[in-house]
Amino acid sequence: MSTDTDTESRSRLVTDAGYIAGAMLLLYIVFLILGTLQGYPLEGIISSLQRVTFLVAVYGLAVLALNLHWGYAGLFNIGVAGFMAVGVYTSIMLTAPVGASPPGLGLPLPIGIIGGMLASALVGLIAGLPALRLRSDYLAIMTVAVSEIIRFTYNSNTFSQYTGGASGFGSIPPSPIRELFLQDASSIISEPTALGAAVFGFMEFPGIGQLEIGRALTINIFSTLLIVVVLAAVYLFLVRAVNSPYGRVLKSIREDEVAAQSLGKNTSRFKLKTFMLGCALMGLAGIMWFGAIGQSSVYPNAFRPEITFYIFIALIIGGAGSNTGSVLGGALFAGLLFEAPPRVATILTDALGVTNAPDTIIGALGPIASGQLTPMLGFLLDNMSQLRFIFVGVLLIYLIQRRPEGLLGHRSEIAAATDLSVRPSQSKGGETDE
Amino acid sequence: MGASATTARGRDLLARLGVAVTLGGAVLLLIDLLAQLARVDLWIIGGELAFSQLMNYLWTGLTLGLIIGLAGVGLSLTYSILNFANFAHGDYLTLGAFSGSSAAYVIAGLGTIDLASLILVDAPASDVGMSVTNTPVAVVMGLVVSIVVTIGLGLALDRVVYKPMRNFEGISLLIASIGVAFILRYLAALIFGTGRRGVTAPNEIPSIPVLGVNVNAHQVTILVVAVVAMLAIHLLLQRTKIGKAMRAMADNRDLARITGIPTERMITATWVLGSGLAGASGYMLMLSSGGTLGFNDGYLLLLLIFAAVILGGIGSVYGAIVGGLLIGITSRLALVWVPGEFGRPVAFGLMILFLLFRPSGLFGGVETA
Repeated sequence: MSTDTDTESRSRLVTDAGYIAGAMLLLYIVFLILGTLQGYPLEGIISSLQRVTFLVAVYGLAVLALNLHWGYAGLFNIGVAGFMAVGVYTSIMLTAPVGASPPGLGLPLPIGIIGGMLASALVGLIAGLPALRLRSDYLAIMTVAVSEIIRFTYNSNTFSQYTGGASGFGSIPPSPIRELFLQDASSIISEPTALGAAVFGFMEFPGIGQLEIGRALTINIFSTLLIVVVLAAVYLFLVRAVNSPYGRVLKSIREDEVAAQSLGKNTSRFKLKTFMLGCALMGLAGIMWFGAIGQSSVYPNAFRPEITFYIFIALIIGGAGSNTGSVLGGALFAGLLFEAPPRVATILTDALGVTNAPDTIIGALGPIASGQLTPMLGFLLDNMSQLRFIFVGVLLIYLIQRRPEGLLGHRSEIAAATDLSVRPSQSKGGETDE
Repeated sequence: MGASATTARGRDLLARLGVAVTLGGAVLLLIDLLAQLARVDLWIIGGELAFSQLMNYLWTGLTLGLIIGLAGVGLSLTYSILNFANFAHGDYLTLGAFSGSSAAYVIAGLGTIDLASLILVDAPASDVGMSVTNTPVAVVMGLVVSIVVTIGLGLALDRVVYKPMRNFEGISLLIASIGVAFILRYLAALIFGTGRRGVTAPNEIPSIPVLGVNVNAHQVTILVVAVVAMLAIHLLLQRTKIGKAMRAMADNRDLARITGIPTERMITATWVLGSGLAGASGYMLMLSSGGTLGFNDGYLLLLLIFAAVILGGIGSVYGAIVGGLLIGITSRLALVWVPGEFGRPVAFGLMILFLLFRPSGLFGGVETA
């Protein structure tokens, strides 16, 4: 242990980076093995790694935002889906071409992103202004109701000429990477720009015969990297924020709001600010998640409360109150619990040679009586998507009963500006120069 | 809270303003409703609304409200006695609906249709021909089974999930209940499949016109069952020792324990009552919604049930019933002014207004009497 606070916080940053790098390495190995077992070509494996990275990054963004609410300020917001929806819908409405249907305003992308975040923050202000004085379970019910009202509104037929209604908003502008690499961003086969030509040429890896990464995947990879950069920026911003005086007030509100008030802090103002900031970040997460890669339209039903609960579970896995834990939890949830099970099921079905598995549980239970387990196994593998949610539920209960602090939550964080647990090596007997 | 006198006064003023605005809005809507009925058209108020249409909204709202109210009683009891918002309550309804339908199908179609497809509620609804007039025994036994199965489920879940967490705070229990909700919902999906199916006989439910509304036999069944159940709850809470003890628990858990009320046994009683009512209302939800059933049904109703409980005041049994009726009728009556897809959002909005201006609800919070 170093006595210097600065090196200590730096060493923690290094350990945290190690955790995340380790988790990503684990995920990549898992998906390399899965891809190999499924006999994917190299490009397919790389594409699946890209998809995992994308999911990890967007979950990381959303979980970080939720962690600011719940982990740091103790605000139990389960309306994440609604704030993400506001962010992505607003940004698309601002940036979609004017002539498209539904029409947009045709503004440049940065304005769209900022506008989306501001809109989310604004909805957060409207919802939070009255709601933040409520008890935490009331806040939970209210936020989930707000998120459902938002979803119903985007889903409604009444406003469908602006939102696309239930069939979704179909004119998402192309990702900035496409703009950068292609002369006509709307067409993948159009003439590449100079930069695009260089990158595409490089990604064909002329030296290695088997490895040739096509344009679409190249663009996806670079778009994913862009989101990873955004994630890193948000992460660093939040780490700074929660270690600032502002962050110390937040932690004190979480631990004991009355004590924070008695020290003269306007806690409701802090809570409102934090709520808005978190909502803006949720909006950003929504934009990156639903408006960026491989999406041509965004549907209201992508924003059911389930997705809020996924984000929550990821946060609980990682540990509320830890930014690194948030990213880690997002990575593990997205990779191991969300993306991997269906593929494991496919591999197992092939490996076990399960053919024509029964359609119903009764058809699967019958053969068990005569000692045959394969039909049941086949039935369960066929229904992996349901089984996955049952497992998620079991895991959630287990975690909250046995390990509510998650993997990295509630690590003793230094609240004071200087680490008081580290004493100067020798006392000068009160004769300091203060 | 250490709010200063001025902010307290400001808040009070704000609350009064909110109540005034809400009441004013309600009066305006009432005037508009009357004008619409009278076919008067004055600037923004008025329009055309057939009387039978209004009665139809009220009647379907009433049946929905009774179901929400019954489910709300259970939710309200667990909320006040166990001190947490049970996000799995809607899925208790789903399980009740599926188990009850399954039993009713087996009784109605036994011998004529393949047993497996009956158990899985998979047989064609027109073949089974289930309705309260065609197969009254099956429908009633379905109700009984839905109650019994859901009680068993509630007690088992309490033992496994909630009992080890008695001393945890409400939010932890709430999160655990989200886990339970996931398990129940997708267990139903795993066993019964994810498709929506019709359960009751499509064209064999008799109905009679009353005041321009087609009142069908299943709606009458819901009305009868709900009123009987509510009377039973009333008698249980007011006339029996267990009811008195439950009210005491809801009011003040520690005080109840000091006076020698066996809290753990009361918690069991709460789950029995709450889960049983949830099972019954799930089964009736299936009957009411044109006899269709899907694995998401109870969960989709959950927020409306929460709305009812909050409107009535958490812990108040009568409040939950009144709240349920208000929410049910509001979500239907709102269609006079807003398009169909906004019925639910209006009901949620009503709940939010209550949360903001009168969080203790109509019946003033923890009062089971």
